[in-house]
Amino acid sequence: MTSPTVVQRQIPDRLNSPLSRALRSWEALLVLVVIAIFIINSFASPYFLDPWNLSDATYNFTEVGMIAFPMAMLIIAGEIDLSVASIIALSSTAMGYAMAQGAPVPVLVLIGIAVGLACGAFNAMLVTRMGLPSIVVTIGTMSLFRGISYIILGDQAYTGYPASFAYFGQGYIWWVFTFELLLFVLLAGAFHVLLHRTSFGRMVYAIGNNPTAALFSGIRVARVKAILFLLTGVMSGVAAVCLTSRLGSTRPSIALGWELQAVTMVVLGGTNILGGSGTIPGVVLAALVMGLVTFGFGLLNVPGIVMSIFIGLLLIGVIALPRLWSRLQARRS
Amino acid sequence: MSIWKKAISTAALATALATSTVTVAQAAPMRIAVVVKALGIGFFDAVHKGAEEAAKQIGDVQIIYTGPTKTTAEGQIQVIDSLIAQRVDAIAISANDKDALVPALKKAMQRGITVISFDSGVAPEGRLMQLNASSTPLIGQTLIKLAADHMPNGGEVAVLSASATATNQNAWIAAMKGEMKNYPNIKLATVVYGDDMADKSYREAQGLIKTYPNLKAIIAPTTVGIQAAAQAVEDAHMVGKINVTGLGLPSEMAGHVHSGASKSFAIWNPIDLGYAATEIAYNLATKKAVAKPGAKISMGRMGTVTLDEHNDGAMANPFVYDASNVDQFAKIF
Repeated sequence: MTSPTVVQRQIPDRLNSPLSRALRSWEALLVLVVIAIFIINSFASPYFLDPWNLSDATYNFTEVGMIAFPMAMLIIAGEIDLSVASIIALSSTAMGYAMAQGAPVPVLVLIGIAVGLACGAFNAMLVTRMGLPSIVVTIGTMSLFRGISYIILGDQAYTGYPASFAYFGQGYIWWVFTFELLLFVLLAGAFHVLLHRTSFGRMVYAIGNNPTAALFSGIRVARVKAILFLLTGVMSGVAAVCLTSRLGSTRPSIALGWELQAVTMVVLGGTNILGGSGTIPGVVLAALVMGLVTFGFGLLNVPGIVMSIFIGLLLIGVIALPRLWSRLQARRS
Repeated sequence: MSIWKKAISTAALATALATSTVTVAQAAPMRIAVVVKALGIGFFDAVHKGAEEAAKQIGDVQIIYTGPTKTTAEGQIQVIDSLIAQRVDAIAISANDKDALVPALKKAMQRGITVISFDSGVAPEGRLMQLNASSTPLIGQTLIKLAADHMPNGGEVAVLSASATATNQNAWIAAMKGEMKNYPNIKLATVVYGDDMADKSYREAQGLIKTYPNLKAIIAPTTVGIQAAAQAVEDAHMVGKINVTGLGLPSEMAGHVHSGASKSFAIWNPIDLGYAATEIAYNLATKKAVAKPGAKISMGRMGTVTLDEHNDGAMANPFVYDASNVDQFAKIF
């Protein structure tokens, strides 16, 4: 009679070490791309490595980046908000109206953010209460919100914002570091914690991967989605404050086409457009890539259409590469 | 050292010296950036042509022709930022938004860049001066002259305008009426409004032809109206009896000029505009002229421009197009 032998089996927490995982990640590739763009630009133009010029260049991505963070979370959860640019327009118009009535600067900022929140709430209600698909709802509100701006302003503009209001979009914290850049970094940190370090973030991933399973695990799917739409609205309001302050004026055509820039940034950052995966650091890196490419091409006076083509190719490449890679892997095994 | 070697080294030294002097003499050319509403617009490509003509004439000037892909203020601000980064000497801009560009252009001026606007102006605090293609009195003069040139015996004319509330058109018609005292045998029968809609303008033109059998000319100070009127005259077989003139685009009017419905018409010449803007930017950047109310600034072959109290100036009479030159410009805009 032999005594039963107990087979000890180690079950690792992770299949790969954190380091090797980090090295193989999408973010690592983006870091390489950022470094490459930086080096190429430094050689291509003598004006690139100038702190003030680089500081000006950060405006290419800070405001769009602020909307891209909550947009990434929405897309991870399997939804999308295409009305963000129109929320900026409406929110900016509301600030302009309040300014014309003589509201002080803190009130203007509050109004800008509050209108963003209200727009987000409207989207949230249509999507979660009425169960409508978000892509359709937000295409609708995209026309609606900007349409209201056009009704209020027509071909007119609100100008004459108080001088102290200019700080949000034109002010410097210290040396070449702008207020917007600081805000961008702080928000990146906050969204990183929210998505990657809280149970709320886990719920977002769970919903994106399988909403039904998430619902039966006790996650209040509709409520999480509603919060994400509210967050997107608020961030659009914040972006509206920054952009309006930078332009020093409001026109209904403000931020035209930014919704696609934000979605591009999110997808370039490695977020799956079908939901379920994606990271905040990826979005930050994608913002840097887009900002530096735009600035570098601008210094060489490359026509804007070439820039659009380049970003378009980059985006197609980003979506195609992982598929090609997995096919290659499948063939090899 | 042999004589040969000495001779060669001396020659080499002399050449080196000569080259270095030449390099010093050929100081970096002045860089003037022409920023347009968007790339790929025929009108602005013609402006570019004029700018290059001026650059060639002046000599040490390099033109940077640039602009965003879409006609947005945000796009133009990105372009301006990259031009500031390159430390160009002057910027001549046709603005997508007269207010939103002010902060960016102010920054450019603070960093020593000469900024002027042309065609579509920037608010006074964002530029040194604005160059209008023409002015209300000059347009009024041109409108009546265009009609009178082909009416040796005088007679009745009618105006087909845009909408009754169109500010530009009303000002031009008022200026034209004031100018008519110089043409005592020409009588203004009526002013009708086509609202800048092709079908309504066409019906109004038909009405004019029927109501005023002795009508000699229809003056349409709108690109939509002039086309519709020319079409109506052709369809009513009145070519040769009624001359259609006013403000139109060569590409749209070429056919009507060849059919004889329109003997001549006018619009600003974009080549001249680009030429004049470049000349002015050069003169201001080299301190050969100062932009202040009442100043007279040279525009090379276009004469001089006189600035009003807002530092606005008008280039010239609208340029007249007829059978001899319409095809050449139809390719441009």
